[in-house]
Amino acid sequence: MKTNDVMLQTATKVVIFIILLFAVHIFFTGHYTPGGGFVGGLLTASAIVLLMLAFDLDTVKKILPLNYVAMVAVGLLIALGTAGASIVFDVPFFTHAYDYFDLPLFGKTSLHSAALFDLGVYLVVVGVTMTIIQTIGEDE
Amino acid sequence: MSNLLLFPILIPLLFAIVLMFFPKNVSLQRSTAIAGAAATLIAAITLLVKVQNDGVQAITLGSWPAPFGISMVSDLLSVLLVLSASLITFFVILYSIPTIGEARERSFYYSGIMFLLVGVNGAFTTGDIFNLFVFVEVLLMSSYMLIVHGGEKPQLRESIKYLLVNIISSALFVSAVAYLYSVTGTLNMADLAVKIPQIESTGILTLIAVMFLVVFGFKASIFPLYFWLPGSYYAPPTPILALFGALLTKVGVYAIMRTYTLFFTMNTGFTHELLAIVSILTILAGCIGALAYFDVKKIIIYNIIIAVGVILFGVSQLNEAGINGSIFYLVHDMLIKAALFFLVGIVAVIFGTTNLREMGGLMKTYPFLGWVYLIAAFGLAGIPPLSGFPGKLLIVQGGFEGPHFWGSIIILATSLLVLLSAMRIFIYAFWGEPRETMPLEKTTYRRMLIPSVVLVIITIVLGVGAEMFMPLIQGAGEVLLNPSIYIDAVLKE
Repeated sequence: MKTNDVMLQTATKVVIFIILLFAVHIFFTGHYTPGGGFVGGLLTASAIVLLMLAFDLDTVKKILPLNYVAMVAVGLLIALGTAGASIVFDVPFFTHAYDYFDLPLFGKTSLHSAALFDLGVYLVVVGVTMTIIQTIGEDE
Repeated sequence: MSNLLLFPILIPLLFAIVLMFFPKNVSLQRSTAIAGAAATLIAAITLLVKVQNDGVQAITLGSWPAPFGISMVSDLLSVLLVLSASLITFFVILYSIPTIGEARERSFYYSGIMFLLVGVNGAFTTGDIFNLFVFVEVLLMSSYMLIVHGGEKPQLRESIKYLLVNIISSALFVSAVAYLYSVTGTLNMADLAVKIPQIESTGILTLIAVMFLVVFGFKASIFPLYFWLPGSYYAPPTPILALFGALLTKVGVYAIMRTYTLFFTMNTGFTHELLAIVSILTILAGCIGALAYFDVKKIIIYNIIIAVGVILFGVSQLNEAGINGSIFYLVHDMLIKAALFFLVGIVAVIFGTTNLREMGGLMKTYPFLGWVYLIAAFGLAGIPPLSGFPGKLLIVQGGFEGPHFWGSIIILATSLLVLLSAMRIFIYAFWGEPRETMPLEKTTYRRMLIPSVVLVIITIVLGVGAEMFMPLIQGAGEVLLNPSIYIDAVLKE
């Protein structure tokens, strides 16, 4: 019997944007409130998993043609690059830099290089989670 | 360059990441892996020169003051081990190219090896007890991946045991660190070495010391925690086996050396006595295994356990001769084990089996291989001009100077059993009636033989030129015997 998933699919189309926005919010507020790259990455992955549940693996692959292993590698490179930039300035490895900037829309904002490291963590978490789920899902 | 001591960790990490981008391009994988290992080796040599000239190198990550950030410390002991590990990884990669097979090379094999080197070098360099745990996990994760890589039936079976044992011991490691933290309130090793002598209740510290012995004993395979090793190491193919046999147990040995000389020195009458007894039992258990099997891989695997016992017996004596001997024997053992696994790997490929009873007469067809194996076997047993001799001599001397003269007698007696076990391979595989051999291409044979022979030559240089290396070994031993040098380098005040 062929099931009709119209309820699930319609709900997913709405909910997925809320989850993704929440993931971005969690990612950017990590410095001052609970959150950060790890939870943000897991939330993003959970949004993609919801897509996979509502539709199927091939459709999701068509919407998001990503190589998740390369995503892990890119994330690691960003993290290593952020930490390794300190070597160029001849200060101990992992020394971060930060300053305050006046951005047009946000006003006075502090930008910290730790956010770039977190971006690396975020990409690795999304990549690893999706590689695990996709590999098990495709296994016959 | 204050960050120089991090380069042997960062270079393989960078190459491991880069290798993830093009898994299917085998020739590019090979050349990148060789370049990465060579760069690590050069960084390690530069670091050795720097440490020898300028003393202990220490850096605290993120520009934080010393006990609050993660300290990385490179003294002569750690840099010698980093250099040996990088050297062995370089040769393992060269040996892998003709033996491991393209199917494995296509699925992140070299990436796994590079991540393993990151974990090993990091564990040797770190100055923070929790960071040590993290680096041990990095190397264990890579070893899980390598032990099951290829997915043959015995590999799957043994990797489950290996995973279970290591997860349990890692959980114990976390609990031991938690106990230590609740007693002392610090995780930095130099700070621990300052705080621990100030604590009056040595009872709980002795308990923690024994917990650490159990944790690192699982990793280093001491008696009675070695039960997982013979089966697990038997499963993966030869290059991975050589890498594991040369590096993994030695990280556990190094961790015991570091913790039992730097901070657990408050109740040596109990803890070091226990270590001495356990290490002697380890030697005896290893000897029984090495003599019991008629399988080339199993014999060398049990010799790993014997060597762990010999090294730890030297550490337990806590005198100059014992510690220096342990350091020399540790470096020698890493190199000779890799060389022996390479050589028996070639023998196993030639006969198509690892069973000694189905071998014979190799001396007529492969005489050069026979003589190289004979030299390596003599080196393992500690015949004088070769590299096993100076380390074992110093360890035995340390035992006679210390309270455990009976341990030295057992070490001397078991050297004969080690020689017997290694010579049995020579007698069965190289002498006797020629047996049927598998066809082996000349170029493949040569590409397998060259890394093995170069490693054996390095061990000969280490043995014959022992006088030349002794200043390095003594410098490493001095830091272990005087923790104040280590503490001053990290806490610079």
